Amino acid sequence: MLAELIAFLVLGVLAVVTGALVFRVDSMARATYLLFASFACVAGVMLLLDLAYLGTLTILMMVMEMAIMGVFMVMFMMNPGGLEPMSMLHNRTGALVISGGVFAGLVAAVLLVPWPRRPEPTTSPGGDATRQLGTALMGESMLAMMVVGVALFATIIAATVLATTRGRYGRASHHPARRQGTVDASHHEPSTATHTHGEHS
Amino acid sequence: MVEVAPWWWAMLLPVALGALVLGMVSGEAAVDARTAGRRVTTGELTRPVRGAARLLMRQRRLPLRADAVLWRIGSAAGVVAAVLAAAVVPFGGYVVWDSAVGIVWFNAMGALMWALAWLAGWGANSAHALVGGYRFLAQALAYELPLMFALTAPALGAASLRMGDVVAAQQDVWFVVWMPLAFAVYLLGVLGISFWGPLAPPAGSDIASGIAAEQSGMDRLALLAGRGMLLVTGAAFAVPLFLGGGGGPVLPGWLWSLLKTVAVLAVLVWLSVGLPRVAVPRLLRVGWVMVLPAVLAQLLVVGVVVAW
Repeated sequence: MLAELIAFLVLGVLAVVTGALVFRVDSMARATYLLFASFACVAGVMLLLDLAYLGTLTILMMVMEMAIMGVFMVMFMMNPGGLEPMSMLHNRTGALVISGGVFAGLVAAVLLVPWPRRPEPTTSPGGDATRQLGTALMGESMLAMMVVGVALFATIIAATVLATTRGRYGRASHHPARRQGTVDASHHEPSTATHTHGEHS
Repeated sequence: MVEVAPWWWAMLLPVALGALVLGMVSGEAAVDARTAGRRVTTGELTRPVRGAARLLMRQRRLPLRADAVLWRIGSAAGVVAAVLAAAVVPFGGYVVWDSAVGIVWFNAMGALMWALAWLAGWGANSAHALVGGYRFLAQALAYELPLMFALTAPALGAASLRMGDVVAAQQDVWFVVWMPLAFAVYLLGVLGISFWGPLAPPAGSDIASGIAAEQSGMDRLALLAGRGMLLVTGAAFAVPLFLGGGGGPVLPGWLWSLLKTVAVLAVLVWLSVGLPRVAVPRLLRVGWVMVLPAVLAQLLVVGVVVAW
């Protein structure tokens, strides 16, 4: 019990410290993975609270999200590698107001919400919480979850279709150079080429 | 059916994984020698071991203006991820950590490679390593989703994410019998996690070993060991997932687990030696156009059978 309490405190402090460090470092790679470290500490806290599924899922989702986000941060931010001085802090007053408001709201919620008391220690530790979560998400909210799932999936496919230009391993279509006639048209299907011209002219 | 092992099993875990990795690379060296037309001698078999010992004695180096912290974490933490993943793998009738969500945990530890491979590529401040790191992420987009659905199939069949329940559900029929596609996709995913064989382009020779381009000494050994241990852990995890765990006639459970793990490893090595390396754009096309619908169809079959 004491060990769990110590682990809880250490993980909590580490989560806050790594979260704050995100805004102190000047390298996008370090900022990204410090944020992941913060989330991983939160996941550790969840595991301590017997939320096995949520804790594990937090690690699983966050590491993939951060990996993708790191690519975009490096692509778009002015100082990817930490070679130039830059600040992660922008719009300080606005940010301070928003973050202070969110923090106050969350603290108020923690103190004011009438939390349900767990009546008995669950007979089968861990597995029970996963089942409850599944029932809550896929039972009553099944319709909403299905709609959200289909909408997200459609968005992913649409974004991929919009972003795709076939590279060197497939047909090149909708390529800007082709419209100017600089690419040899004999490599491509004539029907596609006509279609491209019609669409863009 | 699967009980929590005595505490010292956790200490034994890294050693056992390391031994399996050495066995595997020795086997691979033997196949290499045979393919090249040389005789398989003791010298050929011990070549990987001698290589590892040489790396231990070699000086570590740091590339110019490397991000040393991120680079070393990316190079070395694969070993940690592999050991943590192996903690939920039942061996015979025992498991080090009987997690209620063992399948998701294994998946999460495998996904850590998204971060580690990219960090190892990024931190070195070297063009080849950087290309390797980005290649891993692009490749991960091709194999990770099919891998997740492949892991979902046994969980659906057993109606549980706990490895003990998955093993217990295969008392009569192994999952590989009615989930062969999920098994094949899982093996592909394991090759992807450890960027091994056909999925090795992130460390490909065309970019001077990519992710592994700059490491030397301990760093290089840790990176290669982490890769190997992830492959071995993936092979060991396939046994309770698809091959009935430690179940089998006559022999004790732990021996069946070991034999099946070695068999899966042999298949993985055979695939690695036999298949050409796949360019990442091609893999993406295969992954999204063929493998993903196929594994979804497999899930549908499993779902129908379970609901029946």
